[in-house]
Amino acid sequence: MGLETVPRSIPARSDFAAIADWIEPNSSLLDLGCGDGAFLEYIHRVRNTQNYGVEIADNDVLACVKKGLNVIQQDLEGGLALFADKSFDTVVLSQTLQTIHETESILSEVVRVGKQCVVSFPNFAHWSHRLAVSFGRMPVSKSLPYEWFNTPNVRVLTIADFEALAHRLGIDILGRVVLHEGQRVNWAVNLFGSLAIYRVRGA
Amino acid sequence: MSELNLLRQTIHFEDPLPLQSGASLSHYDLVVETYGKLNAQANNAVLICHALNASHHVAGPSPDDPKDIGWWDNMVGPGKPVDTNLFFVIGVNNLGSCFGSTGPMSINLESKEPYGAHFPVVTVEDWVEAQARLADRLGIRCFAAVMGGSLGGMQAMAWATQYPERVAHCVVIASTPKLSAQNIAFNEVARNAILSDPDFHGGNYYKYGVVPKSGLRLARMVGHITYLSGDDMAEKFGRDLQRAVGASDEYKFSFDVEFAVESYLRHQGDKFSTYFDANTYLLITRALDYFDPARRFDGDLSRALAKAQAQFLVISFSTDWRFAPERSREIVKALLDNKHQVTYAEIDAPHGHDAFLLDDLRYHGIARAYFEKIYEQIETKIGST
Repeated sequence: MGLETVPRSIPARSDFAAIADWIEPNSSLLDLGCGDGAFLEYIHRVRNTQNYGVEIADNDVLACVKKGLNVIQQDLEGGLALFADKSFDTVVLSQTLQTIHETESILSEVVRVGKQCVVSFPNFAHWSHRLAVSFGRMPVSKSLPYEWFNTPNVRVLTIADFEALAHRLGIDILGRVVLHEGQRVNWAVNLFGSLAIYRVRGA
Repeated sequence: MSELNLLRQTIHFEDPLPLQSGASLSHYDLVVETYGKLNAQANNAVLICHALNASHHVAGPSPDDPKDIGWWDNMVGPGKPVDTNLFFVIGVNNLGSCFGSTGPMSINLESKEPYGAHFPVVTVEDWVEAQARLADRLGIRCFAAVMGGSLGGMQAMAWATQYPERVAHCVVIASTPKLSAQNIAFNEVARNAILSDPDFHGGNYYKYGVVPKSGLRLARMVGHITYLSGDDMAEKFGRDLQRAVGASDEYKFSFDVEFAVESYLRHQGDKFSTYFDANTYLLITRALDYFDPARRFDGDLSRALAKAQAQFLVISFSTDWRFAPERSREIVKALLDNKHQVTYAEIDAPHGHDAFLLDDLRYHGIARAYFEKIYEQIETKIGST
Protein backbone atom coordinates (compact mmCIF):
# COMPACT_ATOMS: atom_id res chain seq x y z
CA MET A 1 0.00 0.00 0.00
CA GLY A 2 1.47 3.34 -1.01
CA LEU A 3 1.34 6.25 1.38
CA GLU A 4 -0.38 8.27 -1.34
CA THR A 5 -3.58 6.33 -0.91
CA VAL A 6 -3.90 7.20 2.76
CA PRO A 7 -4.77 10.66 4.08
CA ARG A 8 -1.99 11.97 6.32
CA SER A 9 -2.50 11.64 10.03
CA ILE A 10 -4.26 14.73 10.89
CA PRO A 11 -5.53 16.95 13.45
CA ALA A 12 -2.52 18.90 12.19
CA ARG A 13 -3.44 22.57 12.27
CA SER A 14 -3.39 22.74 16.05
CA ASP A 15 0.37 22.26 16.10
CA PHE A 16 1.15 24.92 13.47
CA ALA A 17 0.85 27.84 15.88
CA ALA A 18 2.91 26.07 18.54
CA ILE A 19 5.70 25.49 16.01
CA ALA A 20 5.52 29.08 14.73
CA ASP A 21 6.49 30.31 18.21
CA TRP A 22 9.94 28.78 17.66
CA ILE A 23 10.52 30.16 14.16
CA GLU A 24 12.41 33.43 13.61
CA PRO A 25 10.94 35.81 11.02
CA ASN A 26 12.68 35.65 7.60
CA SER A 27 14.62 32.52 8.53
CA SER A 28 15.12 29.46 6.33
CA LEU A 29 13.00 26.39 6.91
CA LEU A 30 12.95 22.84 5.57
CA ASP A 31 9.80 20.78 6.12
CA LEU A 32 10.45 17.04 5.82
CA GLY A 33 7.37 15.13 4.77
CA CYS A 34 5.64 18.40 3.92
CA GLY A 35 2.51 16.79 2.47
CA ASP A 36 0.45 19.21 0.42
CA GLY A 37 2.46 22.16 1.76
CA ALA A 38 -0.19 23.43 4.20
CA PHE A 39 2.36 24.10 6.95
CA LEU A 40 4.83 25.73 4.56
CA GLU A 41 2.12 28.05 3.31
CA TYR A 42 1.08 28.88 6.87
CA ILE A 43 4.58 29.50 8.18
CA HIS A 44 5.48 31.66 5.19
CA ARG A 45 2.41 33.76 5.87
CA VAL A 46 3.13 34.27 9.57
CA ARG A 47 6.97 34.29 9.58
CA ASN A 48 7.95 35.11 5.97
CA THR A 49 10.30 32.13 5.98
CA GLN A 50 12.36 30.97 3.03
CA ASN A 51 10.81 27.56 2.53
CA TYR A 52 11.67 24.19 1.08
CA GLY A 53 9.68 21.00 1.47
CA VAL A 54 10.54 17.34 0.98
CA GLU A 55 7.79 14.94 -0.01
CA ILE A 56 7.60 11.54 -1.66
CA ALA A 57 3.93 11.25 -2.71
CA ASP A 58 3.24 12.39 -6.28
CA ASN A 59 -0.12 14.01 -5.49
CA ASP A 60 1.38 16.01 -2.61
CA VAL A 61 4.33 17.15 -4.72
CA LEU A 62 1.86 18.36 -7.33
CA ALA A 63 -0.17 20.16 -4.64
CA CYS A 64 3.01 21.95 -3.50
CA VAL A 65 3.86 23.00 -7.07
CA LYS A 66 0.34 24.37 -7.43
CA LYS A 67 0.96 26.47 -4.34
CA GLY A 68 4.22 27.74 -5.80
CA LEU A 69 6.31 26.10 -3.08
CA ASN A 70 9.85 24.75 -3.46
CA VAL A 71 9.45 21.01 -3.08
CA ILE A 72 11.98 18.23 -3.48
CA GLN A 73 10.60 14.78 -4.24
CA GLN A 74 12.52 12.15 -2.35
CA ASP A 75 12.12 9.35 0.14
CA LEU A 76 13.24 10.33 3.64
CA GLU A 77 14.39 6.76 4.23
CA GLY A 78 17.25 7.61 1.87
CA GLY A 79 18.64 10.24 4.25
CA LEU A 80 19.27 13.90 3.58
CA ALA A 81 22.34 13.80 1.34
CA LEU A 82 21.01 16.74 -0.69
CA PHE A 83 21.26 19.05 2.31
CA ALA A 84 24.48 20.42 3.74
CA ASP A 85 25.32 20.59 7.48
CA LYS A 86 23.48 23.35 9.34
CA SER A 87 22.13 24.67 6.04
CA PHE A 88 18.70 25.53 7.47
CA ASP A 89 17.73 27.65 10.45
CA THR A 90 14.93 25.18 11.15
CA VAL A 91 14.21 21.66 9.98
CA VAL A 92 10.68 20.46 10.68
CA LEU A 93 9.71 16.80 10.93
CA SER A 94 6.02 17.12 11.59
CA GLN A 95 4.07 13.92 12.32
CA THR A 96 6.41 12.05 10.03
CA LEU A 97 8.87 10.39 12.43
CA GLN A 98 6.48 7.52 13.12
CA THR A 99 6.25 6.70 9.39
CA ILE A 100 10.00 6.22 8.89
CA HIS A 101 11.80 2.91 9.41
CA GLU A 102 15.25 4.43 9.86
CA THR A 103 14.35 6.35 13.01
CA GLU A 104 17.81 6.90 14.44
CA SER A 105 19.30 7.79 11.10
CA ILE A 106 16.62 10.35 10.22
CA LEU A 107 16.91 12.01 13.64
CA SER A 108 20.67 12.27 13.27
CA GLU A 109 20.21 13.69 9.77
CA VAL A 110 17.62 16.21 10.93
CA VAL A 111 19.90 17.66 13.60
CA ARG A 112 22.84 17.62 11.17
CA VAL A 113 20.98 19.79 8.64
CA GLY A 114 19.06 22.10 10.97
CA LYS A 115 20.48 24.67 13.38
CA GLN A 116 17.31 23.89 15.31
CA CYS A 117 14.73 21.21 14.58
CA VAL A 118 11.09 20.69 15.34
CA VAL A 119 9.94 17.10 15.69
CA SER A 120 6.33 16.19 16.30
CA PHE A 121 4.58 12.82 16.57
CA PRO A 122 1.35 11.28 17.89
CA ASN A 123 1.77 9.99 21.43
CA PHE A 124 0.84 6.32 21.56
CA ALA A 125 0.73 6.45 25.37
CA HIS A 126 -2.33 8.72 25.52
CA TRP A 127 -4.78 7.23 28.02
CA SER A 128 -7.38 6.43 25.35
CA HIS A 129 -4.82 4.37 23.44
CA ARG A 130 -3.77 2.59 26.63
CA LEU A 131 -7.39 1.83 27.33
CA ALA A 132 -7.97 0.45 23.84
CA VAL A 133 -5.00 -1.86 24.17
CA SER A 134 -6.10 -2.94 27.67
CA PHE A 135 -9.34 -4.10 26.07
CA GLY A 136 -7.30 -6.02 23.55
CA ARG A 137 -7.62 -3.79 20.47
CA MET A 138 -5.15 -1.45 18.76
CA PRO A 139 -6.23 2.15 19.25
CA VAL A 140 -8.06 4.16 16.58
CA SER A 141 -8.43 7.82 17.52
CA LYS A 142 -8.27 11.34 16.11
CA SER A 143 -4.48 11.32 16.42
CA LEU A 144 -4.18 7.71 15.23
CA PRO A 145 -6.95 7.52 12.66
CA TYR A 146 -5.88 4.23 11.06
CA GLU A 147 -6.57 0.59 11.62
CA TRP A 148 -3.52 -1.50 12.43
CA PHE A 149 -3.66 -3.04 8.93
CA ASN A 150 -3.68 0.21 6.93
CA THR A 151 -1.65 2.60 9.04
CA PRO A 152 1.32 4.37 7.48
CA ASN A 153 2.84 4.46 10.96
CA VAL A 154 5.66 1.94 11.21
CA ARG A 155 7.17 3.08 14.53
CA VAL A 156 5.07 3.19 17.68
CA LEU A 157 6.47 5.62 20.23
CA THR A 158 5.55 7.60 23.30
CA ILE A 159 6.72 10.87 24.81
CA ALA A 160 8.91 8.97 27.27
CA ASP A 161 10.36 6.82 24.47
CA PHE A 162 11.29 9.84 22.37
CA GLU A 163 13.04 11.58 25.22
CA ALA A 164 15.04 8.45 26.00
CA LEU A 165 16.12 8.09 22.36
CA ALA A 166 17.00 11.78 22.08
CA HIS A 167 19.21 11.41 25.13
CA ARG A 168 20.89 8.33 23.69
CA LEU A 169 21.54 10.09 20.34
CA GLY A 170 22.94 13.17 22.08
CA ILE A 171 20.10 15.37 20.89
CA ASP A 172 19.36 18.36 23.14
CA ILE A 173 15.71 19.04 23.89
CA LEU A 174 15.23 22.82 23.94
CA GLY A 175 11.48 22.94 24.30
CA ARG A 176 8.35 20.81 24.37
CA VAL A 177 4.69 21.45 23.74
CA VAL A 178 2.14 18.69 24.26
CA LEU A 179 -1.36 19.03 22.83
CA HIS A 180 -4.62 17.20 22.99
CA GLU A 181 -7.37 18.24 20.58
CA GLY A 182 -5.59 21.53 20.05
CA GLN A 183 -5.32 22.39 23.75
CA ARG A 184 -2.01 22.47 25.62
CA VAL A 185 -1.48 19.71 28.15
CA ASN A 186 0.73 20.66 31.09
CA TRP A 187 0.27 17.79 33.48
CA ALA A 188 1.00 14.06 33.13
CA VAL A 189 1.70 14.74 29.49
CA ASN A 190 2.49 11.14 28.55
CA LEU A 191 -1.00 10.18 29.74
CA PHE A 192 -3.07 13.15 28.56
CA GLY A 193 -1.17 14.38 25.49
CA SER A 194 -1.99 13.00 22.06
CA LEU A 195 0.48 15.09 20.05
CA ALA A 196 4.01 15.95 21.17
CA ILE A 197 6.06 18.74 19.59
CA TYR A 198 9.74 19.13 20.42
CA ARG A 199 12.28 21.77 19.67
CA VAL A 200 15.66 20.07 19.53
CA ARG A 201 19.19 20.48 18.26
CA GLY A 202 22.30 18.39 17.85
CA ALA A 203 24.64 18.48 20.79
CA MET B 1 -7.00 32.89 -29.39
CA SER B 2 -6.60 29.18 -29.32
CA GLU B 3 -4.54 28.64 -32.41
CA LEU B 4 -0.95 27.57 -32.32
CA ASN B 5 0.01 30.60 -34.41
CA LEU B 6 3.08 28.85 -35.78
CA LEU B 7 5.52 31.10 -37.55
CA ARG B 8 8.71 29.72 -39.09
CA GLN B 9 11.50 32.03 -40.13
CA THR B 10 15.19 31.97 -40.94
CA ILE B 11 17.09 34.76 -39.26
CA HIS B 12 20.47 35.81 -40.61
CA PHE B 13 23.24 37.10 -38.35
CA GLU B 14 26.21 39.07 -39.64
CA ASP B 15 28.10 39.73 -36.41
CA PRO B 16 30.85 37.14 -36.03
CA LEU B 17 30.16 34.65 -33.25
CA PRO B 18 33.29 33.79 -31.28
CA LEU B 19 33.22 30.14 -30.18
CA GLN B 20 34.60 28.45 -27.09
CA SER B 21 37.16 26.61 -29.20
CA GLY B 22 38.73 29.90 -30.31
CA ALA B 23 37.25 29.61 -33.81
CA SER B 24 34.45 31.88 -34.91
CA LEU B 25 31.53 31.90 -37.32
CA SER B 26 31.62 35.07 -39.39
CA HIS B 27 27.91 34.87 -40.24
CA TYR B 28 25.19 32.34 -39.70
CA ASP B 29 21.51 31.56 -40.02
CA LEU B 30 19.19 30.28 -37.33
CA VAL B 31 15.88 28.64 -38.22
CA VAL B 32 13.26 29.53 -35.68
CA GLU B 33 9.66 28.60 -35.01
CA THR B 34 7.49 30.68 -32.72
CA TYR B 35 4.09 29.88 -31.28
CA GLY B 36 1.57 32.07 -29.53
CA LYS B 37 2.06 35.79 -29.13
CA LEU B 38 4.66 37.93 -27.40
CA ASN B 39 2.87 40.25 -24.96
CA ALA B 40 3.44 43.99 -24.84
CA GLN B 41 5.85 43.69 -21.91
CA ALA B 42 7.77 40.97 -23.81
CA ASN B 43 7.94 38.92 -20.61
CA ASN B 44 5.93 35.82 -21.59
CA ALA B 45 8.58 34.22 -23.84
CA VAL B 46 9.64 30.61 -23.33
CA LEU B 47 12.70 29.26 -25.09
CA ILE B 48 12.63 25.52 -25.86
CA CYS B 49 16.08 24.01 -26.36
CA HIS B 50 16.35 20.83 -28.38
CA ALA B 51 18.32 17.66 -27.76
CA LEU B 52 20.44 15.60 -30.12
CA ASN B 53 18.22 14.88 -33.08
CA ALA B 54 15.43 17.44 -32.78
CA SER B 55 14.98 20.88 -34.26
CA HIS B 56 13.14 24.19 -34.20
CA HIS B 57 9.94 22.30 -35.01
CA VAL B 58 8.60 21.89 -31.47
CA ALA B 59 4.83 21.86 -31.86
CA GLY B 60 2.01 21.41 -34.31
CA PRO B 61 2.06 20.28 -37.92
CA SER B 62 4.99 21.49 -39.98
CA PRO B 63 4.11 24.25 -42.48
CA ASP B 64 5.64 22.21 -45.30
CA ASP B 65 4.46 18.75 -44.22
CA PRO B 66 1.30 18.49 -42.13
CA LYS B 67 2.20 14.93 -41.15
CA ASP B 68 5.39 16.15 -39.49
CA ILE B 69 4.27 16.95 -35.94
CA GLY B 70 6.61 18.88 -33.65
CA TRP B 71 8.87 16.84 -31.37
CA TRP B 72 7.39 18.20 -28.13
CA ASP B 73 3.80 18.60 -29.29
CA ASN B 74 2.45 16.90 -26.14
CA MET B 75 4.14 19.61 -24.01
CA VAL B 76 3.74 22.77 -26.08
CA GLY B 77 0.59 24.14 -27.72
CA PRO B 78 -2.82 25.62 -26.99
CA GLY B 79 -4.05 24.13 -23.70
CA LYS B 80 -0.88 22.04 -23.30
CA PRO B 81 1.35 22.25 -20.18
CA VAL B 82 3.34 25.04 -21.84
CA ASP B 83 0.24 26.81 -23.07
CA THR B 84 0.74 28.85 -26.22
CA ASN B 85 -2.44 30.75 -25.40
CA LEU B 86 -0.45 32.28 -22.53
CA PHE B 87 3.18 32.03 -23.58
CA PHE B 88 5.18 33.05 -26.62
CA VAL B 89 7.20 29.90 -27.27
CA ILE B 90 10.36 29.79 -29.35
CA GLY B 91 12.00 26.73 -30.89
CA VAL B 92 15.41 27.25 -32.45
CA ASN B 93 17.54 24.90 -34.49
CA ASN B 94 21.04 25.02 -33.06
CA LEU B 95 24.23 25.82 -34.94
CA GLY B 96 25.82 22.70 -36.37
CA SER B 97 22.50 20.96 -36.76
CA CYS B 98 21.07 19.82 -40.07
CA PHE B 99 17.58 21.30 -40.21
CA GLY B 100 18.31 24.66 -41.79
CA SER B 101 20.47 26.55 -39.32
CA THR B 102 24.09 26.95 -40.33
CA GLY B 103 25.86 23.62 -40.00
CA PRO B 104 28.23 21.25 -41.80
CA MET B 105 25.84 20.90 -44.75
CA SER B 106 25.69 24.67 -45.28
CA ILE B 107 27.78 26.35 -47.95
CA ASN B 108 30.85 28.07 -46.54
CA LEU B 109 30.78 31.40 -48.38
CA GLU B 110 34.58 31.56 -48.37
CA SER B 111 35.23 28.18 -50.00
CA LYS B 112 31.87 28.00 -51.86
CA GLU B 113 31.63 24.39 -50.67
CA PRO B 114 29.75 22.76 -47.80
CA TYR B 115 31.60 23.21 -44.49
CA GLY B 116 31.79 19.46 -43.96
CA ALA B 117 34.71 18.65 -41.67
CA HIS B 118 35.61 22.35 -41.52
CA PHE B 119 32.58 23.30 -39.50
CA PRO B 120 33.93 24.36 -36.10
CA VAL B 121 33.21 22.28 -33.00
CA VAL B 122 30.42 24.03 -31.11
CA THR B 123 29.52 23.74 -27.44
CA VAL B 124 26.40 24.11 -25.35
CA GLU B 125 27.71 27.52 -24.25
CA ASP B 126 28.17 28.56 -27.90
CA TRP B 127 24.57 27.65 -28.64
CA VAL B 128 23.44 29.77 -25.72
CA GLU B 129 25.41 32.74 -27.09
CA ALA B 130 23.70 32.32 -30.45
CA GLN B 131 20.30 31.96 -28.76
CA ALA B 132 20.97 35.13 -26.77
CA ARG B 133 21.54 37.03 -30.01
CA LEU B 134 18.29 35.58 -31.29
CA ALA B 135 16.53 36.80 -28.14
CA ASP B 136 17.98 40.28 -28.76
CA ARG B 137 16.67 40.18 -32.30
CA LEU B 138 13.20 39.15 -31.12
CA GLY B 139 13.16 41.91 -28.50
CA ILE B 140 13.20 39.58 -25.50
CA ARG B 141 15.23 40.86 -22.58
CA CYS B 142 14.22 38.19 -20.08
CA PHE B 143 12.66 34.79 -20.72
CA ALA B 144 9.76 33.68 -18.55
CA ALA B 145 11.42 30.28 -18.87
CA VAL B 146 14.20 28.49 -20.68
CA MET B 147 13.34 24.82 -20.91
CA GLY B 148 14.83 21.65 -22.31
CA GLY B 149 15.16 17.91 -21.92
CA SER B 150 18.45 15.99 -21.98
CA LEU B 151 20.93 18.11 -23.98
CA GLY B 152 18.23 20.79 -24.04
CA GLY B 153 18.31 20.83 -20.24
CA MET B 154 22.05 21.50 -20.40
CA GLN B 155 21.35 24.58 -22.51
CA ALA B 156 18.76 25.75 -19.98
CA MET B 157 21.34 25.36 -17.17
CA ALA B 158 23.97 27.19 -19.21
CA TRP B 159 21.51 30.04 -19.81
CA ALA B 160 20.95 30.40 -16.07
CA THR B 161 24.63 31.11 -15.48
CA GLN B 162 25.66 32.79 -18.75
CA TYR B 163 22.74 35.24 -18.63
CA PRO B 164 21.41 35.04 -15.06
CA GLU B 165 19.35 38.21 -15.40
CA ARG B 166 17.68 37.01 -18.57
CA VAL B 167 16.08 33.80 -17.23
CA ALA B 168 13.21 33.93 -14.73
CA HIS B 169 12.69 30.15 -14.66
CA CYS B 170 14.95 27.33 -15.73
CA VAL B 171 13.31 23.98 -16.50
CA VAL B 172 15.77 21.10 -16.69
CA ILE B 173 14.33 17.69 -17.59
CA ALA B 174 16.08 14.31 -17.80
CA SER B 175 19.43 16.04 -17.88
CA THR B 176 22.82 15.93 -16.19
CA PRO B 177 25.50 18.38 -15.07
CA LYS B 178 28.04 16.37 -17.07
CA LEU B 179 28.38 13.13 -19.00
CA SER B 180 29.75 10.09 -17.19
CA ALA B 181 32.57 8.01 -18.64
CA GLN B 182 29.89 5.50 -19.69
CA ASN B 183 27.91 8.22 -21.51
CA ILE B 184 31.04 9.36 -23.35
CA ALA B 185 31.87 5.76 -24.17
CA PHE B 186 28.53 5.26 -25.91
CA ASN B 187 29.05 8.50 -27.83
CA GLU B 188 32.50 7.32 -28.86
CA VAL B 189 31.15 4.05 -30.24
CA ALA B 190 28.57 6.02 -32.22
CA ARG B 191 31.18 8.42 -33.59
CA ASN B 192 33.50 5.57 -34.46
CA ALA B 193 30.77 3.93 -36.47
CA ILE B 194 30.54 7.12 -38.56
CA LEU B 195 34.26 7.84 -38.76
CA SER B 196 35.05 4.31 -39.94
CA ASP B 197 32.39 4.26 -42.66
CA PRO B 198 34.22 4.28 -46.04
CA ASP B 199 31.68 6.80 -47.31
CA PHE B 200 32.66 9.32 -44.62
CA HIS B 201 35.59 10.74 -46.61
CA GLY B 202 36.97 12.65 -43.65
CA GLY B 203 33.66 14.48 -43.27
CA ASN B 204 33.63 15.87 -46.82
CA TYR B 205 31.30 13.24 -48.26
CA TYR B 206 28.90 15.78 -49.77
CA LYS B 207 31.11 16.40 -52.77
CA TYR B 208 31.27 12.64 -53.48
CA GLY B 209 27.49 12.46 -53.60
CA VAL B 210 27.39 9.87 -50.80
CA VAL B 211 26.55 9.80 -47.11
CA PRO B 212 28.05 7.48 -44.46
CA LYS B 213 24.72 5.84 -44.08
CA SER B 214 25.76 2.59 -42.48
CA GLY B 215 27.86 4.42 -39.90
CA LEU B 216 25.06 6.81 -39.07
CA ARG B 217 22.62 3.93 -38.86
CA LEU B 218 24.84 2.07 -36.43
CA ALA B 219 25.38 5.23 -34.38
CA ARG B 220 21.65 5.63 -34.02
CA MET B 221 21.16 1.99 -33.07
CA VAL B 222 23.68 2.32 -30.25
CA GLY B 223 22.22 5.62 -29.14
CA HIS B 224 18.70 4.30 -29.21
CA ILE B 225 19.53 1.50 -26.77
CA THR B 226 20.53 4.12 -24.23
CA TYR B 227 17.21 5.96 -24.60
CA LEU B 228 15.11 2.98 -23.51
CA SER B 229 15.03 1.16 -20.21
CA GLY B 230 15.78 -2.54 -19.94
CA ASP B 231 12.26 -3.15 -18.64
CA ASP B 232 10.75 -1.17 -21.47
CA MET B 233 12.65 -3.24 -24.05
CA ALA B 234 11.69 -6.44 -22.26
CA GLU B 235 8.05 -5.46 -22.37
CA LYS B 236 8.06 -4.20 -25.96
CA PHE B 237 10.10 -7.01 -27.49
CA GLY B 238 11.10 -9.60 -24.93
CA ARG B 239 12.71 -12.42 -26.84
CA ASP B 240 10.00 -12.37 -29.49
CA LEU B 241 11.12 -13.69 -32.84
CA GLN B 242 10.57 -11.59 -35.94
CA ARG B 243 8.28 -13.83 -37.93
CA ALA B 244 5.42 -13.43 -40.37
CA VAL B 245 2.04 -14.56 -39.05
CA GLY B 246 1.80 -18.34 -39.23
CA ALA B 247 5.52 -18.78 -39.98
CA SER B 248 7.59 -21.34 -38.12
CA ASP B 249 9.00 -20.17 -34.81
CA GLU B 250 12.08 -22.36 -35.11
CA TYR B 251 15.45 -20.57 -35.00
CA LYS B 252 16.88 -19.89 -38.45
CA PHE B 253 20.47 -20.33 -37.31
CA SER B 254 21.61 -17.32 -39.31
CA PHE B 255 22.65 -13.70 -38.77
CA ASP B 256 19.58 -12.24 -40.42
CA VAL B 257 17.09 -10.49 -38.22
CA GLU B 258 15.94 -13.14 -35.77
CA PHE B 259 14.56 -11.16 -32.84
CA ALA B 260 11.96 -8.39 -32.85
CA VAL B 261 14.33 -6.04 -31.05
CA GLU B 262 16.83 -6.37 -33.90
CA SER B 263 14.18 -5.45 -36.42
CA TYR B 264 13.18 -2.45 -34.33
CA LEU B 265 16.73 -1.14 -33.98
CA ARG B 266 17.42 -1.58 -37.69
CA HIS B 267 14.24 0.26 -38.51
CA GLN B 268 15.18 3.13 -36.19
CA GLY B 269 18.68 3.24 -37.68
CA ASP B 270 17.38 3.18 -41.26
CA LYS B 271 14.86 5.92 -40.63
CA PHE B 272 17.38 8.13 -38.89
CA SER B 273 20.06 7.72 -41.54
CA THR B 274 17.73 9.09 -44.22
CA TYR B 275 17.15 12.44 -42.54
CA PHE B 276 20.08 13.16 -40.25
CA ASP B 277 23.56 14.37 -41.11
CA ALA B 278 26.58 12.40 -39.93
CA ASN B 279 28.74 15.47 -39.29
CA THR B 280 25.96 16.90 -37.16
CA TYR B 281 25.86 13.68 -35.17
CA LEU B 282 29.59 14.01 -34.49
CA LEU B 283 29.28 17.66 -33.49
CA ILE B 284 26.31 17.26 -31.17
CA THR B 285 27.64 14.19 -29.39
CA ARG B 286 30.87 16.13 -28.82
CA ALA B 287 28.93 19.08 -27.44
CA LEU B 288 27.36 16.63 -24.99
CA ASP B 289 30.78 15.27 -24.00
CA TYR B 290 32.27 18.70 -23.40
CA PHE B 291 29.46 20.07 -21.25
CA ASP B 292 30.74 20.35 -17.70
CA PRO B 293 30.01 23.72 -16.10
CA ALA B 294 31.75 22.68 -12.87
CA ARG B 295 35.04 22.14 -14.67
CA ARG B 296 36.12 25.76 -14.32
CA PHE B 297 35.31 25.58 -10.60
CA ASP B 298 37.50 22.63 -9.60
CA GLY B 299 34.58 20.31 -10.22
CA ASP B 300 32.37 22.17 -7.76
CA LEU B 301 28.91 22.40 -9.34
CA SER B 302 27.60 24.50 -6.46
CA ARG B 303 30.10 27.23 -7.30
CA ALA B 304 29.32 26.85 -10.99
CA LEU B 305 25.63 27.51 -10.38
CA ALA B 306 26.18 30.21 -7.73
CA LYS B 307 25.38 33.15 -9.96
CA ALA B 308 22.12 31.76 -11.33
CA GLN B 309 19.11 33.89 -10.42
CA ALA B 310 16.39 31.78 -11.97
CA GLN B 311 13.93 29.59 -10.14
CA PHE B 312 14.46 25.98 -11.16
CA LEU B 313 12.24 23.06 -11.95
CA VAL B 314 14.25 19.85 -12.26
CA ILE B 315 12.58 16.62 -13.36
CA SER B 316 14.05 13.14 -13.73
CA PHE B 317 12.64 9.71 -14.55
CA SER B 318 13.17 6.64 -12.38
CA THR B 319 14.22 4.25 -15.16
CA ASP B 320 16.42 6.71 -17.08
CA TRP B 321 19.86 5.12 -16.91
CA ARG B 322 21.41 7.43 -19.51
CA PHE B 323 20.91 10.52 -17.32
CA ALA B 324 19.74 8.85 -14.14
CA PRO B 325 17.89 10.58 -11.27
CA GLU B 326 21.21 10.71 -9.36
CA ARG B 327 22.51 13.15 -11.98
CA SER B 328 19.49 15.42 -11.53
CA ARG B 329 19.95 15.23 -7.77
CA GLU B 330 23.48 16.59 -8.24
CA ILE B 331 21.93 19.62 -9.91
CA VAL B 332 19.34 19.95 -7.14
CA LYS B 333 22.02 19.69 -4.45
CA ALA B 334 24.10 22.41 -6.09
CA LEU B 335 21.03 24.65 -6.26
CA LEU B 336 20.16 23.95 -2.62
CA ASP B 337 23.74 24.70 -1.57
CA ASN B 338 23.16 28.17 -3.05
CA LYS B 339 19.65 28.47 -1.57
CA HIS B 340 18.32 28.96 -5.09
CA GLN B 341 14.63 28.34 -5.56
CA VAL B 342 14.17 24.79 -6.78
CA THR B 343 11.49 22.19 -7.20
CA TYR B 344 12.46 18.63 -8.04
CA ALA B 345 10.14 15.89 -9.25
CA GLU B 346 11.30 12.33 -9.73
CA ILE B 347 8.76 10.67 -11.99
CA ASP B 348 8.28 6.94 -11.64
CA ALA B 349 8.06 6.03 -15.33
CA PRO B 350 9.05 2.85 -17.14
CA HIS B 351 10.32 4.36 -20.39
CA GLY B 352 13.92 5.26 -19.60
CA HIS B 353 15.45 8.46 -21.00
CA ASP B 354 12.76 8.72 -23.70
CA ALA B 355 10.16 9.33 -20.98
CA PHE B 356 10.74 13.06 -21.24
CA LEU B 357 9.13 13.02 -24.70
CA LEU B 358 6.22 10.75 -23.81
CA ASP B 359 2.80 11.33 -22.32
CA ASP B 360 2.72 10.93 -18.56
CA LEU B 361 0.01 12.45 -16.40
CA ARG B 362 2.22 13.06 -13.37
CA TYR B 363 5.07 14.55 -15.43
CA HIS B 364 2.82 16.77 -17.49
CA GLY B 365 0.78 17.65 -14.39
CA ILE B 366 3.89 19.02 -12.68
CA ALA B 367 4.96 20.93 -15.78
CA ARG B 368 1.47 22.37 -16.25
CA ALA B 369 1.18 23.45 -12.61
CA TYR B 370 4.63 25.00 -12.70
CA PHE B 371 3.91 27.01 -15.85
CA GLU B 372 0.60 28.16 -14.41
CA LYS B 373 2.55 29.62 -11.48
CA ILE B 374 4.98 31.26 -13.91
CA TYR B 375 2.06 32.86 -15.68
CA GLU B 376 0.61 34.08 -12.38
CA GLN B 377 3.96 35.77 -11.64
CA ILE B 378 3.92 37.42 -15.07
CA GLU B 379 0.41 38.72 -14.50
CA THR B 380 1.34 40.01 -11.04
CA LYS B 381 4.31 41.84 -12.55
CA ILE B 382 2.16 43.37 -15.26
CA GLY B 383 -0.46 44.34 -12.67
CA SER B 384 2.09 46.08 -10.48
CA THR B 385 3.76 48.15 -13.22
